[in-house]
Amino acid sequence: MTPTLANYLIASGLLFSVGLAGVLLRRSIIIIFMSLEMMLSAANLSLVAFSRYGLVSGHQNFNAQVLVFFIITVAAAEVAVGLAIIVSLFRARQTTHVEDLDTLKF
Amino acid sequence: MLLTAFWFFASLMILFGLSVVLLRNPVSCAMSLVLCFISLAALFVTLDATFIGIIQVLVYAGAVMVLFLFIIMLLDLKAEKSRRLNVGATLGGTLVVCGFLALLVRVIHSLPALSKPLPELPASQASDVKMIGFTLFHSFGLPFEVVGVLLLSATVGVVVLSRKTLR
Repeated sequence: MTPTLANYLIASGLLFSVGLAGVLLRRSIIIIFMSLEMMLSAANLSLVAFSRYGLVSGHQNFNAQVLVFFIITVAAAEVAVGLAIIVSLFRARQTTHVEDLDTLKF
Repeated sequence: MLLTAFWFFASLMILFGLSVVLLRNPVSCAMSLVLCFISLAALFVTLDATFIGIIQVLVYAGAVMVLFLFIIMLLDLKAEKSRRLNVGATLGGTLVVCGFLALLVRVIHSLPALSKPLPELPASQASDVKMIGFTLFHSFGLPFEVVGVLLLSATVGVVVLSRKTLR
């Protein structure tokens, strides 16, 4: 017995929903950022699953794996910039709690 | 064998993902996220994507999470105090997540093409790294260069952002 594509897609969807719940429910900006990373990884999992199950002339579809490679690179850059923004935010306001950061709220 | 590995690592991944959302201490959240990413890398290996699995461990579980832990220690974040939950936000969030999951399960079950077993790979396939390298430099030359420029501008941006006085 082998797992099916549906299994992998459900696992990826579950990981995405856990990340979405973290973004919506948590109040610390660092934890929200970690949950965002989790959602990105869930997208990677479904891409790799599609590349393995949708064979192109007998081989895995390597275009999808190259796309995953690009996503990981961009995510690393995004983490660096995001954390720098969080640090300068903390310097200015001494908090990482999203409910204390409501200057732009109407 | 593959099915057992799938269930083991998938449930481990979801478990540690849930503990990222549920734990209060930011350091334990970050450690759970590391374990979640390592289980995800194991899932990549069960899909014969060894290179992506290794990159996942090196970049995500290694570099990115070290950066997260570094910032948590630098800002000296304490465990979140339990404030009064915003009922509307909690209810709305749960509703959105449950709706998304229900829709996903419905779509996946309505497509019989998704429940085929794992197709066999040819025995004489070239190695993973070789094929990804070939694809990367053969068909994705321009995106590769653009990603290089993106990394450079991210580095410069981080240096500008973390200066003491912004001009």
